Amino acid sequence: MRRLALNDEILLNIEKPARYIGNEVNSVMKDKEKVDIRFAMCFPDVYEIGMSHLGIQILYDMFNQREDTWCERVYSPWPDLDKVMREEQIPLFALESQDPVKDFDFLGITLQYEMCYTNILQVLDLSRIPLRAADRTKDHPFVMGGGPCAYNPEPLAPFFDMFYIGEGETVFNDLLDIYKEWKKSGKSRKEFLEMAAQVPGIYVPAFYDVEYQEDGTIKAFTPNNPHAKEKIEKQVVMDVTHTYYPRKPVVPFIKATQDRVVLEIQRGCIRGCRFCQAGMLYRPTRERDLEFLKDTARALIESTGHEEISLSSLSSSDYSKLPELIDYLIEECSARKVNISLPSLRIDAFSLDVMSKVQDIKKSSLTFAPEAGSQRLRDVINKGLTEKVILEGASRAFQGGWTRVKLYFMLGLPTETEGDMKGIAHLAEEIAKKYYEIPKDQRHGRCQIVVSTSFFVPKPFTPFQWAGMFRKEDYLDKAKVVKEEIRAQLNQKSIKYNYHEADVTVLEGILARGDRKVADVLEAAYQKGAVFDSWSEYFRYDLWMEAFEELGIDPEFYTLRERSLEEILPWDFISIGVTKDFLKREWKKAMKGEVTPNCRQQCSGCGAGAYKGGVCVEGKN
Amino acid sequence: MKVRIKFAKQGAMKFIGHLDIMRYFQKAVKRAGLDAAYSEGFSPHMIMSFAAPLGVGVTSEGEYFDLELKTPMSSKEAVERLNRVMVDGMEVRSVREVPEGKKGKAMSLVAAADYLVSFREGMEPGENWKEKVPAFMEQQEIRILKKTKKNEKEVDIKPYIYEMEIRGERIFLKLAAGSVKNTKPELVMEAFFAFCGREFQPLSLLIHRMEVYAELGEEGEQKLVSLEELGEEIE
Ligand code: SF4
Repeated sequence: MRRLALNDEILLNIEKPARYIGNEVNSVMKDKEKVDIRFAMCFPDVYEIGMSHLGIQILYDMFNQREDTWCERVYSPWPDLDKVMREEQIPLFALESQDPVKDFDFLGITLQYEMCYTNILQVLDLSRIPLRAADRTKDHPFVMGGGPCAYNPEPLAPFFDMFYIGEGETVFNDLLDIYKEWKKSGKSRKEFLEMAAQVPGIYVPAFYDVEYQEDGTIKAFTPNNPHAKEKIEKQVVMDVTHTYYPRKPVVPFIKATQDRVVLEIQRGCIRGCRFCQAGMLYRPTRERDLEFLKDTARALIESTGHEEISLSSLSSSDYSKLPELIDYLIEECSARKVNISLPSLRIDAFSLDVMSKVQDIKKSSLTFAPEAGSQRLRDVINKGLTEKVILEGASRAFQGGWTRVKLYFMLGLPTETEGDMKGIAHLAEEIAKKYYEIPKDQRHGRCQIVVSTSFFVPKPFTPFQWAGMFRKEDYLDKAKVVKEEIRAQLNQKSIKYNYHEADVTVLEGILARGDRKVADVLEAAYQKGAVFDSWSEYFRYDLWMEAFEELGIDPEFYTLRERSLEEILPWDFISIGVTKDFLKREWKKAMKGEVTPNCRQQCSGCGAGAYKGGVCVEGKN
Repeated sequence: MKVRIKFAKQGAMKFIGHLDIMRYFQKAVKRAGLDAAYSEGFSPHMIMSFAAPLGVGVTSEGEYFDLELKTPMSSKEAVERLNRVMVDGMEVRSVREVPEGKKGKAMSLVAAADYLVSFREGMEPGENWKEKVPAFMEQQEIRILKKTKKNEKEVDIKPYIYEMEIRGERIFLKLAAGSVKNTKPELVMEAFFAFCGREFQPLSLLIHRMEVYAELGEEGEQKLVSLEELGEEIE
């Protein structure tokens, strides 16, 4: 039997020991003597969150298909164990072998959201890997980052040996082959990085110098090593059907955030909402083949025994064979007693019909994401959802027996006025009215409308990447406007209002569009004790502000400023296919409140057509 | 058809709590392709009931749950199928048919359980602890302070200790279990440590459950039968 890295005394005294023992169904065990490469794949947050992430499962499966590689998993130890590990000097270990991460060849860290950045430092620290890549030697693993936040890797640049820009399934095999060659050769750490730097999509931050202007903006970003590429090209998988898809995902013992089979039906989104980073990063939209999905769904249910399956995509309603897929799933799943969950469906006659078949209407709620309170602002953000469509959908749903509606909005969008904020309350009121129009004897008591607002954070590679943000107090004022306006509505008793924390938003904004200077702040904040920033019970805004203060870096440089279109942005050296020209065009159109049609209505020549696939060639070959 | 499944839970699996073991078996039964019966409604649940849940940290080779099957399957095949989908440390020992009615209710039947208790190195209650066992059991009463959520009360656990004997370096215990009378090996050992004049730390014990029994005796006479024996092999 395996020897666990933690003894009984520790495991019996911490919360949820199952987070640290591995051994789950479908986890992969190999003989470490028989592999050449040991890869630790890390999601820098607690186990239950990390285990819910599909991307890691894909890479885990893909790496482990290689006979020469053993890929294992690593998550952030929760603060209770973190404390014990520091006190007792226990190095961070991977779940499968329970061996210390520092003895691995690679530590791959997935970067899914900015608020996990301090956890990356925690993982390095607990692994006893020097925080800064410059301090690492041949005895340390290569630390690699990938995922959506790698599209602006600069705030993390000094902590990583390399970043991978693109979808994980593409060049990793090449990289591992090169690594094996290097390992045999006895060459230096730098020499491996030089070899890696030539692999498409690999960015080695140490091979680039950044010069700044007096005002703090970037003057020049230049390679300092002959092996480094000028531009890093995003790598994409054009054929999303014949690529890796884990048929036997790992099944945790404890309840993960996603305690279900996840079926990714397509990548990308045709819609082009101007605030949405995923919508730009994953262009062009690529659908998976229907037969492949059916077969995969069956295999996943069989291999995991999960009680629920969920479709995953940015906008499931846009999947062209959705009705066929859902028919199949309903039949297959009712026979196997598996529940179906269908997030991100547009509310219309079709989806209401489907939902009434798969869930209990009395217990479920409808979700709309108008994102902005007025039609004008919805045009600015290019969210093609009109009030008419929302009210029709709600009305239909109320008649179908639903009584609960969730509405999602953003505050702090570019050009937002007080009228737009109040529009949120008015829209909620209109929906409530639709409900009370139904004759009393046909209604089921009161309706419940939950309005949630988050504060908008501009992200790299979106048309809003130039936009300014606000101060914490301004955000709270905006929420107050909405709150008061809701309270002034006739049906206010049926409307509930929640809003996100404002200080997290400010910090997320800094990290999302930060440059290399932010890395020092990140390290300082971590040293002061910042960790698990995405958990409100642990988030310490004060520590961060202290760190900015001590380093003499102005956080508002990163937040309040609207960037000029000429400025060199920290992430400009990356090419995602979608061109900067297109983003500029979109930004200008946004300022004029002009909408852009979706990819199926009309191609807008965003640049992603260069990949020659997906929606860009649909119906053209 | 109602079947009773006996399983062992060892190694690292002792850290998986009872609720998660239930979830684990719900999934395992699905993976194994057993045709289990479900409750009605939008989120149907597999009809299963566990006997005498085990605490975190305790290993066992005598765990049970009852499951309702829609399509019968031979014991041999069911055991094989389940073991094909188990993780390291979990093993299905038998699948047997149990009659409807009293004998078919694993949960309510539980009357006693066997345990093997060993001490972590250096954490024994003194060097000559073995000599103390007979005297400990000869006491008229064994009183301990039982803590509940609200208060503490002194109880005599002696009537609940059916057997206590030395087996090599370990102690074998047969204890009352179930809803009417019950005690736990930790409590007995706490009392034993006190008897030996030693301070008790829960961590000094390694507890292993061996078997769970039902009471079939009449008129106060004791006749313990393992839950497994109440079922019959399915051909
Ligand atoms: S090139 Fe045209 S069709 Fe292709 S993703 Fe861009 S806008 Fe859409």
